[in-house]
Amino acid sequence: MSGQKIQTTALSIEKLSFSYGGKKALEQVNFTVKSSECTILLGPNGAGKSTLFSLITRLYDSREGKITLCGFDVKQQTQQALSKLGVVFQQTTLDMDLTVLQNLRYHTALHGLSSKLAKQRIQEELERLNMYDRRGEKIRQLNGGHKRRVEIARALLHKPSLLLLDEPTVGLDIPSRHSIVEHLHQLAVEHDLAILWATHLIDEIYPQDKIVILHQGQIKQKGTLDEVIQGSNTHSINEAFQQLTEGSKG
Amino acid sequence: MNILHYLRAMQGIIGRELWRFVRQRERFISALVRPLVWLFIFAAGFRAALGVAISPPYETYILYEVYITPGLVGMIQLFNGMQSSLSMVYDREMGSMRILMVCPLPRWFLLMSKLIAGVSVSVLQAYVFLAIAWFYEIEAPWEGYLYILPALILSGVMLGALGLLLSSFIKQLENFAGVMNFVIFPMFFMSTALYPLWKMKESSVLLHNLAHYNPFSQAVELIRFSLYGEFNQYAFFYTLIAFVLFMTIAVIGYNPSKGMMMKKG
Repeated sequence: MSGQKIQTTALSIEKLSFSYGGKKALEQVNFTVKSSECTILLGPNGAGKSTLFSLITRLYDSREGKITLCGFDVKQQTQQALSKLGVVFQQTTLDMDLTVLQNLRYHTALHGLSSKLAKQRIQEELERLNMYDRRGEKIRQLNGGHKRRVEIARALLHKPSLLLLDEPTVGLDIPSRHSIVEHLHQLAVEHDLAILWATHLIDEIYPQDKIVILHQGQIKQKGTLDEVIQGSNTHSINEAFQQLTEGSKG
Repeated sequence: MNILHYLRAMQGIIGRELWRFVRQRERFISALVRPLVWLFIFAAGFRAALGVAISPPYETYILYEVYITPGLVGMIQLFNGMQSSLSMVYDREMGSMRILMVCPLPRWFLLMSKLIAGVSVSVLQAYVFLAIAWFYEIEAPWEGYLYILPALILSGVMLGALGLLLSSFIKQLENFAGVMNFVIFPMFFMSTALYPLWKMKESSVLLHNLAHYNPFSQAVELIRFSLYGEFNQYAFFYTLIAFVLFMTIAVIGYNPSKGMMMKKG
């Protein structure tokens, strides 16, 4: 079983454009996210990352372009597509007055899991994140890092093929950040999961990650870490990011 | 997608709403205090000033408290419908609405489940209110307490759908105060909840007409007739059509390509 894994395309975005009224938020965006891979969507604030996420999750509707999730067109086959998707939004979406367990049970109900399966999956995911002992606590009592862990556990309960993370480490202390970044990278490899991770924090990138640099709604560069650095004629991802996101300002 | 998925999701949504309701005891109490204040103070004070002549479904002269009781049940549902929509706006601002909207079920079903969850809470409140009213000697025939259930469900979903519709167009929580002034109060006062239609006609034909076409009036009449074991066909169909209309607009409002999600930005 040590052979190379066959990677499948979990997310494909083709010629996607979107505007708020007359203001372009995304313009001709094209890229794919493959299984067992972390794709880091790098961009400064206002680059269009959250808009892109809202389009993938179909909170917004795209008029131009196509989004395919595990072979399902998000617009035409919304439910099939959404069943393959796990999401961690930038803003906490947990119910503060409910316990960890109640929040997770609500999610499993929305995804139609039987109570037996739900119980088993909740235990698995919480144990993986060392949160099982805290399942009876109210979300309000947890710190920022633990809340994030619960949200990640929740996003994985229905075994999605693609995990979307919208700046999941914002506002966390350094140890919590490191542990979440490490955990997510492990998940991608061990569970054949495709991860699309929006961030503006360069230190969250691992050498094996794929990178998409988004600025002012356009993709400035994409590829492996080396390809992005070479493509921008710089020496580090930090320099590449700065050059690509500052050079075109104005 | 199988039927079990739908059932589990609905169970989850209703369970969450009921759990929230049980937890927020003050919400339950305040929802009851409001109509009880009207019943014990307002109605008692107006008993002498307002005489209510015999009109269906009543077969005899009645006290004003008896007349106002179905209206106050309607009031519970009206406030509950608005409270649910307030919680939708809150959920949207807090982000938890997103979790609901990205689950793999049709949006109309998710909204309908939210609606049913809200109605189950308001039905519970209505029965507790009717029980207190019974001890206050406002007694309806026993079968009326059974017949009122479908009427409460229909009027509840109609008012809840109105709340949903409003929530789909309200961008921020702060704007919700306007709903109180421009929707709840006019709807309540311009209805048959507090005074019969014929009485209104005596003072203003315009007011009478407005009250007649107010869907809340018809919901109250549906409740009033069913409480006395009678079926008001006109009120039933009027409430049903209003529900279908409000729900359709609400679903369009929550459609990603047309409604509030786009406007929210």
